[in-house]
Amino acid sequence: MRPIATTRSTAGMATGQLAVWWVVASEIVIFGGLLAAYIQYRMSHPDWAGYAEHTNVIAGAFNTFVLLSSSLSAVLAHQAAEAGDGRKAGKLLGLTMVGALVFLTVKGLEWTTEIQAGYTISSNGFWAFYYTAAGIHALHVVAGAIIMGFVARDALAGRQLHRVELIGIYWHFVDIVWIFLFPLLYIAK
Amino acid sequence: MTQTDHHEMGFWAKYIFSTDHKMIAKQYMFTGLAMALIGGFFSYCFRMQLAFPGMSVPGYGMVSAGEYNALVTNHGTIMIFWVAMPVLLAAFGNFLIPLMVGCDDMVFPRINRLSFQIFFLSTIVLLAAFFVPGGAFGGAWTAYPPLSAKAAYSLTPIGSTMWLLAVALEFVAFLLGGINFITTAMNARAPGMKAFDVPLVIWMIVMASIIFMLSVGPLIAGAIMLLFDQVLGTGFYDPVRGGDPVLWQHMFWFFGHPEVYVVLLPALGITADVMSVFARKKPFGLRLIVYSAMGIGVLSFVVWAHHQFISGIDPRMANIFTITTLLISVPVAEMIFLFMATLYRGSITLATPMLWALAFVAEFMIGGVTGIFLGDNAADIYFHDSYFVLAHFHYTFFPIAIIAVFAGLTFWYPKMFGRMLNETLGKIHFWGTVIPFNFIFIPLFVLGIGGQHRRIYNYQHFTDLSSSSFQDMRVFATIAMLVLLAFQVVFIYNFFSSMKKGLPAGKNPWRSNTLEWTTESPPPHGNFAGAFPTVYRGPYEYSVPDRESDFWPQDEPD
Repeated sequence: MRPIATTRSTAGMATGQLAVWWVVASEIVIFGGLLAAYIQYRMSHPDWAGYAEHTNVIAGAFNTFVLLSSSLSAVLAHQAAEAGDGRKAGKLLGLTMVGALVFLTVKGLEWTTEIQAGYTISSNGFWAFYYTAAGIHALHVVAGAIIMGFVARDALAGRQLHRVELIGIYWHFVDIVWIFLFPLLYIAK
Repeated sequence: MTQTDHHEMGFWAKYIFSTDHKMIAKQYMFTGLAMALIGGFFSYCFRMQLAFPGMSVPGYGMVSAGEYNALVTNHGTIMIFWVAMPVLLAAFGNFLIPLMVGCDDMVFPRINRLSFQIFFLSTIVLLAAFFVPGGAFGGAWTAYPPLSAKAAYSLTPIGSTMWLLAVALEFVAFLLGGINFITTAMNARAPGMKAFDVPLVIWMIVMASIIFMLSVGPLIAGAIMLLFDQVLGTGFYDPVRGGDPVLWQHMFWFFGHPEVYVVLLPALGITADVMSVFARKKPFGLRLIVYSAMGIGVLSFVVWAHHQFISGIDPRMANIFTITTLLISVPVAEMIFLFMATLYRGSITLATPMLWALAFVAEFMIGGVTGIFLGDNAADIYFHDSYFVLAHFHYTFFPIAIIAVFAGLTFWYPKMFGRMLNETLGKIHFWGTVIPFNFIFIPLFVLGIGGQHRRIYNYQHFTDLSSSSFQDMRVFATIAMLVLLAFQVVFIYNFFSSMKKGLPAGKNPWRSNTLEWTTESPPPHGNFAGAFPTVYRGPYEYSVPDRESDFWPQDEPD
């Protein structure tokens, strides 16, 4: 039984939406702190540019494309959910999850190559940030995809359609974090 | 755990896996108070070692140097993260927010339950560290690397990591809880309840949750980096490998200093509400109190580097942080003046909760004023890491985590348990706590000015600090602490015996206006027995002229 509290919206915004935005706010400062530390280290260690040369820019660019496309299908899923088409929304969320899977696979292959080439998390400061920042981001991709699975399952059955938008907000956030990570870790030389 | 019929819930569903905010509040409260006893016991152990070095401590045994460090570290960690946070924020937040805004529960009851479960797990992890090889972490509650990063320095290879995990789990618990607090207070208010109809304690708990949420992020990132330094061999904080140990200090205190205000704001909110009820007056400058709290919240994000004045930061930056640090005392002082003005020409009753509230204002002022010395970067070079610092922050945290908590507990006890606490025992406990508290920490101010450095196991090893006048003050402080601890027995007895034998409280024993007092004590499942209140006015309409009764409940139609 849902409490009455859940059904109220004194602030004029659905409770779920409000909560997701607060989650995003708390996540921004996590990545903000990490990236601020990274940028400061990068500025005081010009030699890290040499290590950054070894990153696979093509794999990173491909992953950026995949993740951005997966956000598109999340938006289309939201549109379908607004129109009340749960089946379509569920399928489109499935497509987003495929995007997440491709992203993680490419990431896995990339890391395998780097580690085989001798660049591990304990090699030096640059690689420590490379694996830590991308790793925390990848965990967010995994968590988002799992939650999306539950939302998609409900949506296919026509239930809890408002949640399609909520997972979408979170997914766009994960996307935006990557848009910061990609240039900072791969392109900046 | 679906609740089909709440009248026939089994023991597990009702007490352990409950989603009812009142039960979760009590879970947080009892865990927090039990941790307070453990934290208090730790301080007993290390204070006995300081007063009588090398003697076996009754109830503990010999305190070794390593154990001394672990006891001090975990005393600090527990009192802030496992007492102040769970009781002030989580217990009062959970209990009061739905009741005071007039709804039946938190907006996400199952997330609320998960929050407590994660918190409880973190408690177990923290305490279990005492029983692993090497013992619990002893590198201070601030966990500065390289001491915390390298087992070769800390000598607690497992304990350091468990400490870090426990703190991280605790943060997750409070993030989940905080989202509930903020969304419930924003979105689930009773019809008619406008922003300034929300009682101050709720305002403060919500603002504290927002400050927590926006400041803890960098430390979460920093904690992951420290964890990797410990277990994966990275060098984030290792200067030899291009890292920087001062980075941790920035990330820690970017959270750590706002955290002071995260626990201070709920304490101020409790004090304001209690004072208003027992002075039968609207808080003076009600809106200004809220705006001052907002000012504190904003400024609290730009003061953190005063903890690094001697860590080798740029002196120009130190000057800026001196200014911001001194600036934050303005809104705090303003609030204290507003509280005093609330008392002026009030009709004051010195009931136990009011005594605690008044003591909070008086004692916290000493903490605030001594902070000015430390916020100044020139003076801080001398005071840094001395007992002056220690006495200063105990004069802030003790009023917050102990005095304000007792103000809240004694005030809302009738609502929580349906019976009144014994007033005589309450007053004995009050004086038996507040007087020895000053006798503990005033000597420590003197010792600190005299040059007594913190984190020293045995002062006999230092000729400058082992004089008998210094040692007498240490013994005096320790005896005062024993007296303080002994008086807590009075409270524990009063707390549990009143549950059975106390006078029935009725709905509104303090003749208060806010919504929690309009329902039964203790409130039933669902809080308002189906008929949810509508709000017609602010929470502090006391002694309104031309009215027969001197209070005017928020839900009473005009």
